Amino acid sequence: LAAYRTDEGQPWVLPVVKKVEQMIANDNSLNHEYLPILGLPEFRANASRIALGDDSPAIKENRIGSVQSLGGTGALRIGAEFLRRWYNGNNNTATPVYISAPSWENHNSVFVDAGFKDIRTYHYWDAAKRGLDLKGLLDDMEKAPEFSIFILHACAHNPTGTDPTPDQWKQIAAVMKRRFLFPFFDSAYQGFASGSLDKDAWAVRYFVSEGFELFCAQSFSKNFGLYNERVGNLTVVGKDADNVQRVLSQMEKIVRTTWSNPPSQGARIVATTLSSPQLFAEWYDNVKTMADRVLLMRSELRSRLESLGTPGTWNHITEQIGMFSFTGLNPKQVEYMIKEKHIYLMASGRINMCGLTTKNLDYVAKSIHEAVTKIQ
Amino acid sequence: SSWWSHVEMGPPDPILGVTEAFKRDTNSKKMNLGVGAYRDDNGKPYVLNCVRKAEAMIASKKMDKEYLPIGGLADFTRASAELALGENSEAFKSGRYVTVQGISGTGSLRIGANFLQRFFKSSRDVYLPKPSWGNHTPIFRDAGLQLQAYRYYDPKTCSLDFSGAMDDISKIPEKSIILLHACAHNPTGVDPRQEQWKELAAMVKKRNLLVYFDMAYQGFASGDINRDAWAVRYFIEQGINVVLSQSYAKNMGLYGERAGAFTVICSDAEEAKRVESQLKILIRPMYSNPPLNGARIASIILNTPDLRKEWLVEVKGMADRIISMRTQLVSNLKKEGSSHNWQHITDQIGMFCFTGLKPEQVERLTKEFSIYMTKDGRISVAGVTSGNVGYLAHAIHQVTK
Repeated sequence: LAAYRTDEGQPWVLPVVKKVEQMIANDNSLNHEYLPILGLPEFRANASRIALGDDSPAIKENRIGSVQSLGGTGALRIGAEFLRRWYNGNNNTATPVYISAPSWENHNSVFVDAGFKDIRTYHYWDAAKRGLDLKGLLDDMEKAPEFSIFILHACAHNPTGTDPTPDQWKQIAAVMKRRFLFPFFDSAYQGFASGSLDKDAWAVRYFVSEGFELFCAQSFSKNFGLYNERVGNLTVVGKDADNVQRVLSQMEKIVRTTWSNPPSQGARIVATTLSSPQLFAEWYDNVKTMADRVLLMRSELRSRLESLGTPGTWNHITEQIGMFSFTGLNPKQVEYMIKEKHIYLMASGRINMCGLTTKNLDYVAKSIHEAVTKIQ
Repeated sequence: SSWWSHVEMGPPDPILGVTEAFKRDTNSKKMNLGVGAYRDDNGKPYVLNCVRKAEAMIASKKMDKEYLPIGGLADFTRASAELALGENSEAFKSGRYVTVQGISGTGSLRIGANFLQRFFKSSRDVYLPKPSWGNHTPIFRDAGLQLQAYRYYDPKTCSLDFSGAMDDISKIPEKSIILLHACAHNPTGVDPRQEQWKELAAMVKKRNLLVYFDMAYQGFASGDINRDAWAVRYFIEQGINVVLSQSYAKNMGLYGERAGAFTVICSDAEEAKRVESQLKILIRPMYSNPPLNGARIASIILNTPDLRKEWLVEVKGMADRIISMRTQLVSNLKKEGSSHNWQHITDQIGMFCFTGLKPEQVERLTKEFSIYMTKDGRISVAGVTSGNVGYLAHAIHQVTK
């Protein structure tokens, strides 16, 4: 499983998290009572506010809802279960669900286990040009049956690291609106990708401003480093408060038979941090530290490859964003990297940028150079 | 227009409704007997000392926050299995079991339900006792199974309808799934005696049923963890390979931390490995991997001898307080001059008590005395204190005399 690593290759508990955990540990007024079914209210409100923005029209118009969930996965699952029961009719398991090719491998399982029978892929990664296959993507959307559900990565696409530009998102939104396609955003890297919460939430907020009803599954695993506390949130944006209220009441029923009520520790940490201007600023700083390190590794890797004169183009390394990068190495080259150089990447050529450090950059660059020049 | 125009408003949770109404009540004598959480003799939530100590240990260790394995914290799952099965259990020692961490009792039940739906092909039917915890039905239903029932509670005697249960169970189609509450039956507080458990075991064996134990109150019922797990252990000793869900919400007061476990007793360790792999495949698309905090607290307590000893004392303390409140309620009712037989209040065990009160009487208790409970007459004894037991007895007498 992918997690952030420091330049020493170590896990990193965010300083603000340590601080808040100590505050919680010292607070004898706190207990371990059940949270409400939908979660800690202060967490839910703050989490959705982070995704949608302080000045979100949807928040002002009171037409958003939130479900505290067990990580991003839990949020996806609650959303998927709800959609299967209530979207496009009642219990319509035939509604097509479109997942990008490639995508996080668990997306497929989430929707299958939620009961959907027709899971399809949409074009996304163009291996030849090492970038977004926008034409293929838009084409798939034009051809998709009306009301199909599309899983969109809000930023830092996993595994390719390749995101649409704002202009491309606008095109995507236009087609989805015209064809009545449902946007289900997966936002696992807000802040972690670019270092800016707003920038990483641009697509979600744009869709909201375009009047879409949508779901956004948020994870605080990476941007808070709270991996094992399972902190996530499903943000629901609807047409009006009444619709959202009914949606939430049904999501409550789904939650009740899945985990009854969510775990308290992680939500408390996030809520405490986000609702204090001081702690929020510290958190923002910690997030930027992580994002900057990854961005630095990207630029350092690219510049080394270019200096070595490694065949091919390497701008995709810095144009891609987030934890992962699709290097473009083919399976044989990947095998070489693993067997001969002991550098572990996926058969797809996906590399975890967090695994790079100032100490190993030279070695990794040289190894990629060897793989590309020796193996075709 | 909205995608959600046709979405119905979900029905309000009946128990939550009780708490909401309680909160709005301004009567200083009000009592919330709907709450499914332990309260101390001051009516306050109780954080166990052993929990605080475990938390201090955790805080001092500065551990990382890396993902747990899909099956959860190994020290926790192993200790959980040992707690349920007993350290001398052949099934435990031979390793012919798999235990995965679950999201408290509900999450563990759901993992099991999903697992049975996928792999138990002999039947879609789950037999629940009548009545059972309200959430059992929707959990199994959402997992894709069907619900049936066997007689259990006798409202005439406020105790176990043993002959009715045996009769119904004898007619359950072979290879169906039967759910049993290991101890402290929720909502009635009525448990079989050991001789009755023996007969139940023989019957389910005869009918070749798959036994699903729900154990949410080990230690919390009688105060003795071994006594409360007796039925589970007896069944396994009889060669019944049960599945089991455990919760640490009540017995460790870890409610909101969601610590629980799901166990499958298998033929051998090799089968256990295969079952484990399938459980992981079920868990990953639900929430990937479980939350650490509660499991780590429970693990430290179970695996640290001093803390474990302290826990056993504290859980007995909670059980004893509840037993004491039952006793005081009955004696206070006698003092009030009630001529009814209230023996079931002390015969029943665990957090809940089926008082035998009828809906009209429950309504009067709420309206005239600000005493809140569910319509079925169930009270949470945990909400009774030495300070209010007299008032409760008085009120009950008023509506039943």
